[in-house]
Amino acid sequence: MNAPAAAIDWPDQLYATLKRAGIRQVGYVPDAGHARLIDRVRADPDIHDVVLTTEEEGIALAAGAWLGGQRAVLLMQSSGVGNCINMLSLARSCRFPLLMMITMRGEWEEFNPWQQPMGSIVEPVMKLSEAEVYRATRPEEVEGLAERAVQHVFGDERIAALILSQQLIGKKVWVK
Amino acid sequence: MSALDRRAAMATLLADRKDDLLVVPGLGSTCWDLAAAGDNDRNFYLWGAMGGAAMIGLGLALAQPDKRVLVVTGDGEMLMGMGSLATIGVKRPANLAVVVFDNGHYGETGMQPSHTSTGGVDLVAIAEGCGIAAVLDVRDEAGLAGLASRLKDLSGAGPLFARVAIAAGEAPRVLPERDGIVLKNRFRAAIGLKA
Repeated sequence: MNAPAAAIDWPDQLYATLKRAGIRQVGYVPDAGHARLIDRVRADPDIHDVVLTTEEEGIALAAGAWLGGQRAVLLMQSSGVGNCINMLSLARSCRFPLLMMITMRGEWEEFNPWQQPMGSIVEPVMKLSEAEVYRATRPEEVEGLAERAVQHVFGDERIAALILSQQLIGKKVWVK
Repeated sequence: MSALDRRAAMATLLADRKDDLLVVPGLGSTCWDLAAAGDNDRNFYLWGAMGGAAMIGLGLALAQPDKRVLVVTGDGEMLMGMGSLATIGVKRPANLAVVVFDNGHYGETGMQPSHTSTGGVDLVAIAEGCGIAAVLDVRDEAGLAGLASRLKDLSGAGPLFARVAIAAGEAPRVLPERDGIVLKNRFRAAIGLKA
């Protein structure tokens, strides 16, 4: 492991939050920022981990899960938000509960300038799509914001995006 | 080509429907076909979400492993969500069937040809390539009857995919409920969940 030790292990806290929320399906396109959470999910026999070819599949997956009585979450990177826009109509038209956890690129010490165009419009796109947006910049904020997002989504059948800033993820993920 | 009539094909697939069958159509023609076969609270009609029908089916199939989930969609809708066949092929839910009514055209927008008719794109080969073990190419009444029989028992090793050759004619629109919240809540109530 070349990752520095973190004072607060927020990916494990996110996993614990998902477990407390009764999440049974997790859709994701593999993502470095979510790597730890994805590992936890894959190791959990009570969770269906569903690797997607594109993030919009996860919007539809979550809708199907809810129709069948299970709670789902969609993990993605900021670039995936753009792939979801039309499919978000499904959640909005039917008021499906939809929880998204988005790791940011293109905003803080980004080495790839091609990440900036989508990264810069993630929050406005999410707000236009009727998502309640929660942004975590410091490790100690993550769990509390995740709990609020869960409550917003499943307490009231709404859409929420928990945005995990690049500053939060930082060099822990990108430096090899 | 002795392609099948879409309304008759849907009626055949849903004949003697049991309560453990949950059905998700694609938007457009297959949605009207499903409504024409008789309304049912266990139908989740789509008026949008193009490319998403099979993935809704996957989420539903995983959540309800003791029920059968049937997605019936069109070639255009399936082409838009082609990656979902790979996702389903990897996840392998036995209780999911994805049936494509392939008329080679986009019926809702003026019957423009799709890749399956003009380019020879082969959804059967794609499904096989995605690792879906049971793949049927239905071209006639006998094949359709065989598919209907297979749908009665979805307890095999993995999901079922079928391409059904459909005649490229337009059927009268039969429009179901279009309030998404109503559709969601009545579906959940029908299978014993809190609406």
